[in-house]
Amino acid sequence: MQSKSHYQIVISGVGGQGVLFITRLLAEAAIEKGLPVFTSETHGMAQRGGTVISHLKVGEFASPLISPGQADGLIALKAESLDQHGGYLKPGGWAAVNVPAPLTMPAAATPFYLDADRLAREMDNPRSVNLIMLGFTLSSAQRGGFGHGSLHCSLNDIEAVLENRLKGKTNRLQSSLRALKAGADSTTAT
Amino acid sequence: MNQAVKKELMMGNEAIARGLIENGCRIATAYPGTPASEILSSIAAYQKRFDIDMHTQWAVNEKVALEIAYAGCQTGLRTAVAMKQVGLNVASDPLMSAAYMGTAGGFVVISADDPGPHSSQTEQDSRMMAMMAKIPVLDPDSPHQAREMVGMAYTLSEAFKTPVMLRPTTRVCHSRQDVRPGEISPLTGKPDFKKDPSRWAATPKFRYQLHLELEEKLSRMAEYPATAPVLHNPQAKGRRAVVASGVAAAYTAEALNDLGLGDRLPFYQVLQPFPLHTAFIRRLLTDYDDVLIVEETTGVIEMQLADRSRIQGKLSGVVPRVGELLPEKIMSLLADFTGLEIDLPALTQAPGRRPTLCAGCPHRASFFAIKKAAPRGIYTSDIGCYTLGLNLKAVDTVLCMGAAISQAAGFYHAYRYEEKRPDIVATIGDSTFFHAGVPALVDAVNQNVRFVLVILDNRTTAMTGSQPTPATGKSATGQTLVKVDMETLVKGCGVKFLEVGDPYDTNGFIATVKAAVAFSRSEGPAVVIARHPCIIDLARQGKATDPIEVMVTGDCDGCGFCLQHFECPALIAVDDGQRTAVDPLACNGCGVCLDICPKGAIIKKA
Ligand code: SF4
Ligand code: SF4
Repeated sequence: MQSKSHYQIVISGVGGQGVLFITRLLAEAAIEKGLPVFTSETHGMAQRGGTVISHLKVGEFASPLISPGQADGLIALKAESLDQHGGYLKPGGWAAVNVPAPLTMPAAATPFYLDADRLAREMDNPRSVNLIMLGFTLSSAQRGGFGHGSLHCSLNDIEAVLENRLKGKTNRLQSSLRALKAGADSTTAT
Repeated sequence: MNQAVKKELMMGNEAIARGLIENGCRIATAYPGTPASEILSSIAAYQKRFDIDMHTQWAVNEKVALEIAYAGCQTGLRTAVAMKQVGLNVASDPLMSAAYMGTAGGFVVISADDPGPHSSQTEQDSRMMAMMAKIPVLDPDSPHQAREMVGMAYTLSEAFKTPVMLRPTTRVCHSRQDVRPGEISPLTGKPDFKKDPSRWAATPKFRYQLHLELEEKLSRMAEYPATAPVLHNPQAKGRRAVVASGVAAAYTAEALNDLGLGDRLPFYQVLQPFPLHTAFIRRLLTDYDDVLIVEETTGVIEMQLADRSRIQGKLSGVVPRVGELLPEKIMSLLADFTGLEIDLPALTQAPGRRPTLCAGCPHRASFFAIKKAAPRGIYTSDIGCYTLGLNLKAVDTVLCMGAAISQAAGFYHAYRYEEKRPDIVATIGDSTFFHAGVPALVDAVNQNVRFVLVILDNRTTAMTGSQPTPATGKSATGQTLVKVDMETLVKGCGVKFLEVGDPYDTNGFIATVKAAVAFSRSEGPAVVIARHPCIIDLARQGKATDPIEVMVTGDCDGCGFCLQHFECPALIAVDDGQRTAVDPLACNGCGVCLDICPKGAIIKKA
């Protein structure tokens, strides 16, 4: 089912949550692996607390947008994104959702739930929901939850990208890595 | 040769900047506007990184930006100006004239369109503006191609001595792609302005001559090989063809692949939608029985085909004329065009979240005060984050940059013979005030318009990513500039009532606005400068102040006053609306809500 060289992932949330940042990390990890990559981002007025969505396409593509029913996965930093953007998922896709309790899935996708808001509060780092969810997504993929070879990069790859990007900003790097790890160490609620 | 250079993840706007730097651009100007803003900030970043002797600046508005860059090209240097599509409206006056006079050095006008629209007042197509000005326009499909087209644009500009427009759209500007940077050619040539008044200061008599020249250039540009349309699949034969430009061409390429039409349906990509190549027009009309044209946002390619009997496009009504051409739309157009049956899943239309002013935004406090001071007023506003004062019902009109002031004047004149005149309060951001508010204020003083102008001075151009304003005293590259003092400027316009206040000081600020309203009723224009820095900008600079921790006590009866009239996203209804609570993940700790609750239920945490 999964073609090995094509990955289409939708990442969504609301402005200010750092959707763009994790999209960028995933895209840079693709480049490190020599894979072609496209992303599409929301800028401007919607960044003020409105719905924000990014598309990430890894592999030989010509355009930056994903069509409905074609995404392999969805990372939802807000549970409501699932309603709004679940339609991008293809049958058999996966969705990593930030939500306190499991909810009904649109389409025939496999859900992975994590209460990232609670984790972020516990870590006293409200701005880290995005990285927690990214860590959670990567580890769920690595545990084989999404089906084999379902992401183009691993937790280690993202750590390397972060280390490179936040070179010299030790505090930010440390707290980012902690958030990533906290997400990675969590398993899905069922 | 540069295969050794590693690919970089580049946003379309960065790729355009990279193209300008690689091609020896010496003056780059812009006014920020989504989706174009990152072009100039990326140029500034490259300039610093490679220590390039060039002038990079945020101009006060697009007209001034274009004029500065145009003069630069009159000296023989390569220059560029960047803006969003509605900015081009502001800059259209010099553009139309510059097209007649032509250029000496290469001159690229970048105007970014926003089909959707995602962050604009209109979906206008800048290519129409190129058509009106009679200059060529290039339409990139991706960051990669946007970078390449900058070089193409300079060659074209210098070959025909004309300004060239580069027209990316949001999906090019704000997508990122792995792009291999090219070499940065060393800067050559010195400014050398050659006086030629019959061109550079042409009177109408000479303009006629220039117009003849321009028409003659256009017909040659329609034959210029380097920008001719590209046939992507020469192996495909048949009497039907698809023509696309810009990002629609990228979607078309993918859709043809997905539909298995790549070897069957000839696919042309138009690089230069205007002027459309003459040979191409002939070819379309002789070689094909049916042609589908997909382009954003207007049928610019289509309208250059005199015989449209076999053309399906926007003018023919087959392709939607409104909104963005999303890939799924193009897929279904192609399927219909070729008679394929496909089943396309659609997105359910779940309502998205409406944007709102940030938690802790000083504008929210200003709007709260304005509504207190002039509860039944007419509130004219303008373009910026503060447009979101809509949610607070403190914004009644938004037209275009600077119109808050002139519309306030218009409302005043409309009501001036009425017995009961409404209070009129205009809000405008600091950057917008400098951009187009000043002439309107001069006019309002001159006509003694009785209104209050609140300048929401958050010391930055926030909506587009915190670019400096003339009052910031910082250049695009971080150099120190001369600060323009807003108070002096306002007074210089002849305003008799001017107060500066901090909207975080809720009660003090309400009193200030009340005084201004009183003055405006009996005397004339009153100006209040609401000065408090944008909190996002402060955080970015690492200058955020210590948060005030707030909580909602048991005195809250869930009246919802704060939610409705203050609408801080960190104040949320809980227990089925029985109570309000503070969302600690969202709260910015500004403390303004402490003065909002009529029950006094919002207090500082002990
Ligand atoms: S906090 Fe105050 S204003 Fe808000 S709902 Fe409660 S009582 Fe009403
Ligand atoms: S202190 Fe009050 S007004 Fe300020 S951000 Fe927090 S909840 Fe909103």
